[in-house]
Amino acid sequence: MLDPAGEATRSAAARLGVEGVRSLRIGKAIELELEAPDQTTAQAQLELLSDRLFANPVIENWQLELLEMAGEQQQ
Amino acid sequence: MTIGIVVFPGSNCDRDVRWALEGCVGLPSRFLWHEERDLSGLDAVVIPGGFSYGDYLRCGAIARFAPVLESVRVFAEAGGAVLGICNGFQVLTEMGLLPGALTRNARLHFLCEPTPLSVNPGNCRWLREYSEAEAIVLPIAHGEGRYQCERAQLAELEANGQVVLRYASNPNGSVGDVAGLTNPGGNVLGLMPHPERACDPLTGGLDGLRLLASLRK
Repeated sequence: MLDPAGEATRSAAARLGVEGVRSLRIGKAIELELEAPDQTTAQAQLELLSDRLFANPVIENWQLELLEMAGEQQQ
Repeated sequence: MTIGIVVFPGSNCDRDVRWALEGCVGLPSRFLWHEERDLSGLDAVVIPGGFSYGDYLRCGAIARFAPVLESVRVFAEAGGAVLGICNGFQVLTEMGLLPGALTRNARLHFLCEPTPLSVNPGNCRWLREYSEAEAIVLPIAHGEGRYQCERAQLAELEANGQVVLRYASNPNGSVGDVAGLTNPGGNVLGLMPHPERACDPLTGGLDGLRLLASLRK
């Protein structure tokens, strides 16, 4: 899908003299802290949030990855 | 006959719609604050333009969860007349009452200009006073009006006659020149142009008047 803001920024990168930027997309970052009894619940809640609120599946794709677990308190 | 006009924090065309309905068409209206649920006594609901909830996250994404829209969904699914203008169209797509999504204009600019359109009224109850392939001019005022949907979805919408308004000269990169869509029942209409701003010659035209006047039985 066309990302007009990304394309405009890519052309500005070329004007700055960096010619090799093949693609550039601009998105949003959402930081959240979630309290949940266990990992499965947290995962299910994050999936619900991603599908119904954070992303519009008509125009956006999303995937959920667990990067690391430290002890019992990280998700 | 009373028309409900939804008011979210950040709506800014709610009063324009009231002015057009009451001053130009002669129909009474009632503002529906976003926390209301009671639509009793209403014959139609308009979701006006603006920046509901600041357009945070995505246009219409937060509005979708407003209590008033739970009632509007029930109202629409029972065949009630629902009109979404500009931000209201974005809200209708986020709610899933109309398919697809409205995204950033192809050339990034906020567009604010009179726009030539072609009307294909089909079974849309809001457009029954327009003739097939009629050329009209309505103002647009949006930064995120580029209609997007899957190719198969667009083919289905076109086959069903749901693409009821098209840009004659596509200003924003919408697929299929889509400016307005109706649902299969023809009772829900979402459009990016502003019919309420074209109801009096002093504001630059009368082409929007018949759309709102269609509410008079």
